[in-house]
Amino acid sequence: MANLVIKDRQAGDVTILDLSGKITIGEGSVQLREAVRRLLDDGKKKVLLNLGDVSYVDSSGIGELVSSYTTTNHNGGQLKLLNQTKKIHDLLTITKLLTVFESYDDEATAVSSFK
Amino acid sequence: MTETIELSIDSKIEFVDLVASVTKSVTSKLGFDEDDASWIELAVHEAVINAIMHGNKSAADKQVDVRFVTEQDAVTVYVRDYGEGFDPAQLPDPTNADNLLNPSGRGIFYMRTFMDEVEHSIHPEGGSLVRMRKVKRLS
Repeated sequence: MANLVIKDRQAGDVTILDLSGKITIGEGSVQLREAVRRLLDDGKKKVLLNLGDVSYVDSSGIGELVSSYTTTNHNGGQLKLLNQTKKIHDLLTITKLLTVFESYDDEATAVSSFK
Repeated sequence: MTETIELSIDSKIEFVDLVASVTKSVTSKLGFDEDDASWIELAVHEAVINAIMHGNKSAADKQVDVRFVTEQDAVTVYVRDYGEGFDPAQLPDPTNADNLLNPSGRGIFYMRTFMDEVEHSIHPEGGSLVRMRKVKRLS
């Protein structure tokens, strides 16, 4: 079974990626990178990562969140976070990345925040 | 009284989960709380990944040695690779504004954050040795 399962759905012009499992070095990080790349290639530039069911993230996974954010920005898009777990919140806080990511606990609020 | 658990793995990412299983068993046996247990697991994971990727450079003929030394209220973890060694003082600070958007460079920072002690040294017989220690919090 894959370490990370990614399902995508639309809320208007916002694409929500529901992530479930581990974002760690190797498979999980690569899957996330490819999923975001595919969206951008399809012209879907409003991306909301739902992290509520992510059970484990390592430094590589945090790095992949950063890469996804910068890649989306460089392509004229926006990437935001939804439902950070406490662990992810702690990891982002420690490395001062909370100041980088726009993050929400409520999906409707997150979706309506995209311009 | 101390107890020791040792394992050696080939330099393959898929073996890191085996180390995680042992780490979980050790922290559970010592009675670390859930938070500390998960942070110790992450610190060991990061050390082993560094040993595989940056120390051994994923060389098939080089192993990573992991040793857990447990006391009643603490665990010390040693992770050794067989690479050329490195100077952790040269690592950029990932929280510096210029480095915030770097995709890598946070592993050792997390290890230092979550463990009570982290020391990097050159093993007398070659390779890098990381020593990390965590003491159980008083409940």
